[in-house]
Amino acid sequence: MNVVLAKTDTGRALSDSFALARARLPGAGKVADLRRQAFDAYERAGLPHRRIEDWKYTDLRVLMREVLPLAAAPDRAALTRADAALKLHAIKSVRRLVLVDGVFAPKLSDTADLENGLGIRTLREVLEGGDAALQAQLFTPDNSDSMVALNSAMVTDGLVIEVADGAVLTQPLHIVHIASGGTPAAMFTRSLLRLGKAAGATLVESYIATEGAKAYQVHDSLVISIGDDARLHHVRLIEDGREAFNISSAVVTLGAHAHFNTFGMTSGASVSRYQAVVVFAGKGSRVETNGVNLLNGRQHADTTLFLDHAVPNCASREIFRAVVDDRGHSVFQGRIIVRPGAQKTDAKMMTRALLLSDEAEADNKPELEIFADDVTCGHGATTGALDESLLFYLRARGLSETEAQALLIQAFVGEAIESIVNDDLRELAIAAAQRWLAARG
Amino acid sequence: MPLLEVRNLQVRVEEREILHGLSLVVNKGEVHAIMGPNGSGKSTLSHVIAGKPGYEVTGGEILFEGEDLLAMSPEERSAKGVFLAFQYPVEIPGVTTMTFLRTALNAQRKARGQTEFLVPDFLRKVRKVADSLNIPMDMLKRGVNVGFSGGEKKRNEILQMALFEPSLCILDEMDSGLDIDALRVAADGVNALRSPDRAVVVITHYQRLLNYIVPDFVHVMSKGRVVKSGGKELALELEASGYARFDDAA
Repeated sequence: MNVVLAKTDTGRALSDSFALARARLPGAGKVADLRRQAFDAYERAGLPHRRIEDWKYTDLRVLMREVLPLAAAPDRAALTRADAALKLHAIKSVRRLVLVDGVFAPKLSDTADLENGLGIRTLREVLEGGDAALQAQLFTPDNSDSMVALNSAMVTDGLVIEVADGAVLTQPLHIVHIASGGTPAAMFTRSLLRLGKAAGATLVESYIATEGAKAYQVHDSLVISIGDDARLHHVRLIEDGREAFNISSAVVTLGAHAHFNTFGMTSGASVSRYQAVVVFAGKGSRVETNGVNLLNGRQHADTTLFLDHAVPNCASREIFRAVVDDRGHSVFQGRIIVRPGAQKTDAKMMTRALLLSDEAEADNKPELEIFADDVTCGHGATTGALDESLLFYLRARGLSETEAQALLIQAFVGEAIESIVNDDLRELAIAAAQRWLAARG
Repeated sequence: MPLLEVRNLQVRVEEREILHGLSLVVNKGEVHAIMGPNGSGKSTLSHVIAGKPGYEVTGGEILFEGEDLLAMSPEERSAKGVFLAFQYPVEIPGVTTMTFLRTALNAQRKARGQTEFLVPDFLRKVRKVADSLNIPMDMLKRGVNVGFSGGEKKRNEILQMALFEPSLCILDEMDSGLDIDALRVAADGVNALRSPDRAVVVITHYQRLLNYIVPDFVHVMSKGRVVKSGGKELALELEASGYARFDDAA
């Protein structure tokens, strides 16, 4: 493979950037070694491209071309702009934790009066401190994917959140990633959420930018471990600026009888990719992982999920909906593996795309690999346009064409949004969808 | 001025002409029945009046209160007071009937320059109409027509008609798929809407419906034209002799 040639210029630029950035990257000793290894892995592979099966539909060598230099730590002006953006995306009664340009912003965050059993630290603290076990967990994502490797090498900050055994948080946690948008730059973040046995939490992640933000890159990753009998409700809302790149990865591990309900919606960013690996490590657990893409212009959004049924008696449900207008491009790749011995697995995946223009594109790639013989597994995928007879019915009742389309689009994404357990978060997702529809005109 | 005036209407679907010069005049306060065998063009007429895409008008015109109806979008026609009760009402999963009704009513009101209904006023109005049609409010919390029986779907059409208060109601084969009890409830709903300010056009294959909604005028359609018009006795005549002789006339 001709990787040397393909990454010459941008590769060298990034090498320099890594060398320059190193002084700003937290963690010495073992952490610095892990970073070095990760960077070497990234340098060998370069940006993922279409000949790498997992990245077939999202060729970053074409779409992204280069990794921007590490963003500067936010100055006072950046924080002021971030604060203004936050006001537009405020969610009531959540504990807000804000990362501006990839750096934790304590003044914009709410870390006072933590509930019993809740611990919050920054990634920087953990990497600079001596907690070897946590550091090891933070580096669980391996370097086989070059964007994960790059993230491991360059990560500057993030949140490390621990919920003790038996602690059930009543207040949702809201991690907000804001790009202050001054100069084109990349931010590298990683967060960890560790739920103890029988713990419970709700996590919301928002990706936003200040008004008029220029091109920027979000490189984020999330490590989640859900203990036995614990439950996590999780919502991601990608409302990045229209020139932004958002490359996010997640690794989620569930213990026994645990429950993970996750929903992601992408309406922002120019190019985005969310890749998540969910591992069932304990029996009797359940996962619902649902999502919606709302795309127009030339937006490209890729959701790639890998559900690993490694143990018996677990259930997973995936509902994915894409609405694609103009020359937008939606990608959904859903891979489910049922390993030998993972009997009584119940796994279902359904992905549907709605194309609103002739040039819109949706690629759905479901993959089932089943190595156990007593399982219920299924998948389905459909792609189509809005039903003309439904549109006419609504128009005959007085709705304009745009209103009729909006109502049908809301209904189309509704099934996925309805899966959000938390009422307030469901409202939030509906509001985000309505913002997209309103902007569509 | 007539409420609806169809003049020498010619309509094609793809390459086939379905209506070959149809004329019809409907005044406020009147109830008209349009009868005819399958394929005579009855539903085409109702679709063209409502503005359904896929029909090409190659000649003639339709005036609604003197205005060119064919130049209006379906939603404009709705706001002006044209209402078509569909033969096959569609199912819209994910959109509750309540949301649909409120969105539609307010869209029409907005287009007419009226203020939007407030939620409590809207609910009161819906409840009153739903009660009169034996429609439980729970049904309205489900997706539009999703899981509704044939009778429930038709009652939902009448519910909308009562709520939107159109000046021209066109009922396309309202009786299809209804048993006699469901038919009576639906017909009572329509009769309650008869008024000097409103006209009703009943499109039907069978005379049966006209026992419940008694028309002032009956028109027989055959092969894309009105071949005979008369009073309500014409429907009984048809019942006795069938459509065959009108086919010859066409």
